[in-house]
Amino acid sequence: MNDNELNDLRDKLRSVIAPPREPELKRDLWPAMLAHLNQPPRIRVPWFDWLLAAVAAAVLIFFPGAIPALLYHL
Amino acid sequence: MDVIERFATGDLDAFESLFRQYQAVVYRWIVRIIRDPASAEDLTVETFLRAYRAHARFRPDGNFEAWLRRIATNAALDHLRKARVHVELPDDLPAGATPDTAEQKESRTAIRSALASLPPRLRIVVQLGLVEEEPYRAIGDSLGISESAVKLRMFRAVRILRKKLHDWDVRP
Repeated sequence: MNDNELNDLRDKLRSVIAPPREPELKRDLWPAMLAHLNQPPRIRVPWFDWLLAAVAAAVLIFFPGAIPALLYHL
Repeated sequence: MDVIERFATGDLDAFESLFRQYQAVVYRWIVRIIRDPASAEDLTVETFLRAYRAHARFRPDGNFEAWLRRIATNAALDHLRKARVHVELPDDLPAGATPDTAEQKESRTAIRSALASLPPRLRIVVQLGLVEEEPYRAIGDSLGISESAVKLRMFRAVRILRKKLHDWDVRP
């Protein structure tokens, strides 16, 4: 890849996405920031935990005999 | 204790002071990456939220703006990954003397599609390095990677773009 190729590609890209004019922030974002800070934190459960819970539930439903063994190990 | 040190201890007043000082800087940086002013406002708030939550990890002797810029870049990357945003034609294109021909319109669409099809981590390098002409070192700092890693990503991105544009027979 030489400079000419790079310049050629730059020209092509700039023909569709010119660099934006210096974008200026039109309003103070602090009120929005405060609203976010005052929200209680969302608890996210990873998908793997949901899968684990589903598998455990399925095992207990289809093999109820496993419940005493599980309780014993708890 | 100065404002950065107070921020590192979780002081909300210090955070507000830094927010007001840097919100415009962060906003401009994000607009240059995602090119969508409305989403950039949300991402600016998201950036500061992440920064506030991570205040304990910030070393007061470090460069606050560079740290913030890295968080902003990651937030913008997450946005690109989630949204798979297509690059909109900006309204500040150089005005042509004559309207686009059908072939030129097709070329523009193909170039936009080629850029939008790049994985976000390559696209961000093209956007900042080729279109915005940011120095590779600055891009590397904002992505948390080395300058040579930026060059490698640029090389891969350009190779993909050139191949696509060649396949589609696109002329400038």
